[in-house]
Amino acid sequence: METLGFLMEGFAVALTPYNLMFALFGAFVGTLIGCLPGLGPANGVAILIPLAFTLGLPPETAMILLTAVYAGAMYGGRISSILLNIPGDEPAMMTCLDGYPMAQKGRAADALAISAVASFAGGLIGTIGLIMLAPILAKFALTFGPAEYFALFLLAFATLGGITGKNPMKTVIAATIGIMISTVGIDISTGTQRYTFGVLELYEGIDFILAIVGLFAISELLFFVESRVGGGREKINVGKLTLSFKELVSTIPTQLRGGVLGFIAGVLPGAGASLGSFISYTLEKQVLGKKGKFGEGDIRGVVAPEAGNNGASSGALVPMLTLGVPGSGTTAVLLAMLISLNITPGPLMFTQNADIVWGVIAALLIGNVMLLLLNIPLVGFFVKLLSVPPMYLLPIVTMVAFVGIYSISHSTFDLYFMVAFGVAGYFLRKLEIPLVPIILGLLLGPEMEKNLGHALILSDGSWSILWGSSLAVGLWVVAGLGLVLPYVVGPLLRRRMNAAMKESPVSD
Amino acid sequence: MMIKRTLSFVAMAAFSVSALAWQPSGKVECIAPADPGGGWDFTCRSVGNVMQELGLVEGSVQTVNMAGAGGGVAFAHTVSKRADDDKLIVAASTATTTRLAQKQFPGMDAGMVKWVGALGADYGIIAVSKDSEYQNLNQLFEAVKANPKSVKFSGGSARGGWDHLKVLIAAKAAGVEKLPSIPYLSYNNGGEAMTQVVGGQVDAFTGDVSEATGFMDSGDLRVLAVLSEERLPGKFSHIPTAREQGIDALGPNWRGFYMPEGASEESKEYWVAAVDKLYASEEWKKVMKSNGLIPFHPPANEFESFVRQQVQDIETLSREIGLLK
Repeated sequence: METLGFLMEGFAVALTPYNLMFALFGAFVGTLIGCLPGLGPANGVAILIPLAFTLGLPPETAMILLTAVYAGAMYGGRISSILLNIPGDEPAMMTCLDGYPMAQKGRAADALAISAVASFAGGLIGTIGLIMLAPILAKFALTFGPAEYFALFLLAFATLGGITGKNPMKTVIAATIGIMISTVGIDISTGTQRYTFGVLELYEGIDFILAIVGLFAISELLFFVESRVGGGREKINVGKLTLSFKELVSTIPTQLRGGVLGFIAGVLPGAGASLGSFISYTLEKQVLGKKGKFGEGDIRGVVAPEAGNNGASSGALVPMLTLGVPGSGTTAVLLAMLISLNITPGPLMFTQNADIVWGVIAALLIGNVMLLLLNIPLVGFFVKLLSVPPMYLLPIVTMVAFVGIYSISHSTFDLYFMVAFGVAGYFLRKLEIPLVPIILGLLLGPEMEKNLGHALILSDGSWSILWGSSLAVGLWVVAGLGLVLPYVVGPLLRRRMNAAMKESPVSD
Repeated sequence: MMIKRTLSFVAMAAFSVSALAWQPSGKVECIAPADPGGGWDFTCRSVGNVMQELGLVEGSVQTVNMAGAGGGVAFAHTVSKRADDDKLIVAASTATTTRLAQKQFPGMDAGMVKWVGALGADYGIIAVSKDSEYQNLNQLFEAVKANPKSVKFSGGSARGGWDHLKVLIAAKAAGVEKLPSIPYLSYNNGGEAMTQVVGGQVDAFTGDVSEATGFMDSGDLRVLAVLSEERLPGKFSHIPTAREQGIDALGPNWRGFYMPEGASEESKEYWVAAVDKLYASEEWKKVMKSNGLIPFHPPANEFESFVRQQVQDIETLSREIGLLK
């Protein structure tokens, strides 16, 4: 019941007109970003971070804005999956499978509507799960010492493959690049400078936010410049809504299953929303078996992955808020934002910054309602936006990025750095090296190092402390599984996924 | 006769007022050597507001954030590019003197700027969890003396940073000999460090009193001592000082300003006087109260020597623990 009281306080924060306005704005922009192919939730949040700084938003408003963008992007991803057979973001990949066939059969409007409802159900289930699980986990997290944290970070690294696991070697390379960048600056455990070469600006290390905005937003602009896509897409006809109430009701079990499964997949560090939508879809196919026409435009094939990825997006907030360990790329970006706002993520955030945590959670609930309302009547508008040429959008993104980064520190040095990261991001993407593990390496690397050092100080240099408690041992086992399983199950899953997606091009 | 004397006194007074009448015209800049939201940013913004309220400055005080190298970027900027700027003040604190003492601003030292004054302080504390066996500071340091590795400390600064140094200052005053052996776990901020103490993984917390307010109120943290000369006012008055427990250790994290060394004499006098007036005002007392700042204001002529002494002390201590060679 204590939780309910906090939640009410959260609503008091989230329901102020100022915060409500930013939640609505975030939900809108998020949907827009989600439906543009190529721009996923991590990019969306990264692009909006500078805006939060430019406007000088208070911490709770900034977080509400960014979580609304996050939730919105999860909704938006489905639009281009259904209409163009191009997933707007990675988690929306599975929605192509039945969404596009539905659109081809002239049921595009139905697919869009039912997927919005499924997104709502998934988001709602995920957020309720978050409300129930997070405070319990936060209390439990107090018992985590350096050794347990070290094992937990190891687990997050071990399961990295699950996020972007097309080529595990490239994921490892990306994470290593991130860890290397993170070693620049003062080492807090010893007080010595590393890789600063006497440059004062490097003494405090490299700001995550710079790296994130550079890697995601600036590299996106470079890609645009390269491709010179000026024309935009042809207008798409959505058709009329023929979805019956009966049909809607018949998908309710699918929505529940998808949301719950997605939430569980989201809570596991490293797994994230792509896994959520994949598991939900596969399970639904197993459960219904021959009764469904999966792959040919079955309505439940749209509902399951959408409920799954929205459930997962709330689930991924659980480890981020309670332990300070992000469960996905986007939550890593949100975590970086929290740190920049001078808020310590972790178990004590629930007591020390209760207004922010509960404000964000309440905003997530409100945001889901807003998104449902936005996405059903306004879907035509977003569809029109799909045909806006990117030549109008990207310069705005770039401008906001520059102004925002400059307004954080008033340092032109930071701007050069951001551009350097953008160029690096461009080449890395050309080499098909995923960017998200870089961010995770950058964020988690120093924490892992610090906790290893601390564990060894506590034990007087005895390494056995690392597996000294049953909790730590448990985490090691899960980390081991996380490392091995993708090699065993991964090829199997991937083959199925590929088989299911024969014709659809996949863009990250 | 009487009248004549009075007249000449008045004339003299009028003269001295006009001599001191240098006042910055137009916009004044206050550099906060960190991103918005931290202590230095707070110093600049709140001082700027109160100065404008009191009419100490004619125009406005603009806060410029210049983060980098823990204040080193701003220090270098002041020394090299703004060396004779009359209308510039830079926020500073014990973190600044610590880094100067440990030569972390390469090629720069405390003598290269003019130290204007302090406007309050946040005092160091040493605290344990509510379930800890240690009831006072003496018990804690007796255990450290018996075995320097027996008590593990955590704090929100890097090794050798101010939070670490406070433990060493207190331990030294308590007569602990093997200072470098005392285990210190550095966290990114006080909150993370306290989490470990409250959770029972680490024995003691070192930090500033303002950081710990939340945990003191909730009863999770027992503060063994505050490193101030006398007991702190208000709701902190129940915390014993280290001194009254026989351990002569002081750890003020003062907040104040420096300005370019090459600025004109008139402007230096003006800024020192302005900080004095600000500190005495009711408006500033309100700011201090609502932000947990505790009175700390060495007389204007002593502040410079106070800073030098602090730098000297920290340098000696850093050498002792092997941070400086």
